[in-house]
Amino acid sequence: MLSETKSSVSGKKPKFGIVVFPGSNCDHDTYYVLRKIIDVDVVFLWHKQTSLDDCDVIILPGGFSYGDYLRTGAIARFSPIMNEVINFAKKGGFVFGICNGFQILLEAGLLPGVMIRNESLNFVCKDIYLKIENNDTVYTKGITGKTSLKIPIAHGEGNYFADEKTLSELESNNQIVFKYCSSDGSISEVANPNGSVLNIAGIINKNGNVMGMMPHPERSSDSVLGKTDGNLIFKALVNNIFN
Amino acid sequence: MFKAKVLIKRRNTILDPQGKAVEIGAKHLGLSNIKNTRIDKYIEFVVDTNNKKTAEDEVIEYCKKLLANPIMEDFEFTLSEWTPSQKEV
Repeated sequence: MLSETKSSVSGKKPKFGIVVFPGSNCDHDTYYVLRKIIDVDVVFLWHKQTSLDDCDVIILPGGFSYGDYLRTGAIARFSPIMNEVINFAKKGGFVFGICNGFQILLEAGLLPGVMIRNESLNFVCKDIYLKIENNDTVYTKGITGKTSLKIPIAHGEGNYFADEKTLSELESNNQIVFKYCSSDGSISEVANPNGSVLNIAGIINKNGNVMGMMPHPERSSDSVLGKTDGNLIFKALVNNIFN
Repeated sequence: MFKAKVLIKRRNTILDPQGKAVEIGAKHLGLSNIKNTRIDKYIEFVVDTNNKKTAEDEVIEYCKKLLANPIMEDFEFTLSEWTPSQKEV
């Protein structure tokens, strides 16, 4: 009996593609979570490829692509596969950037704004709490009963910045998906780990198919690690797209 | 007061990994004529003295002991008269 909720209409499992850039280092963690915990098909896509291998969802994983030289994501954005990723996104394909993947999406112009150095000047690696600001996206719809999500961050340049006009557009279009908050869900400067404007931790494009977030849901998806809020995002994505 | 403008360059014989990585981006962009990309450091600051010799000495010491690593980098600088009214910090 097919009890898997992940099965798509055609009976085939959804296929995720994880792009591997030189310097990606969360590609295998994400692969593990998607295959073993979320139970979907997953393939790695080398950055020099020019095909997305018929994947349903593309993940740009965390890491330090091209050593973060020049600006984070600035060189990866011109990797050969990115032309395909951009075309895919423009046609409505689902593209999810995590940490360095988010930075690459910003450099590629698929999401607005930039990342600057953390306000503290320190690399910050710790659990933080996220408030879902928009629960009507394919990445968040159906996540209920949570005042906040506990997910770790690990970055030196996660201080999101955009000009006033862009920020008001993000707000009026409901494009801010996650904000840094305290465990009780309250949004304050104290809960902001990097100085991001408006406590922004994750945003989505106007069409609702491309999302970037700095926290690492793949690092809080396996109960062995003591926290599983991250897999709610992957599960929501699969359920909302394929069921 | 003086405004110092310092350029610190890694010697050409020493690998510049950042320049090399950035040049891969140029290749991906299709810019096939771009060669020998080197990423150097440009640093500006104010020297709060009216004595040019003192200013020069301090800039040289700053460069030698902190801004540049004399084992692998060379530095050059210019000093120009500067007053705070010029609206720079």
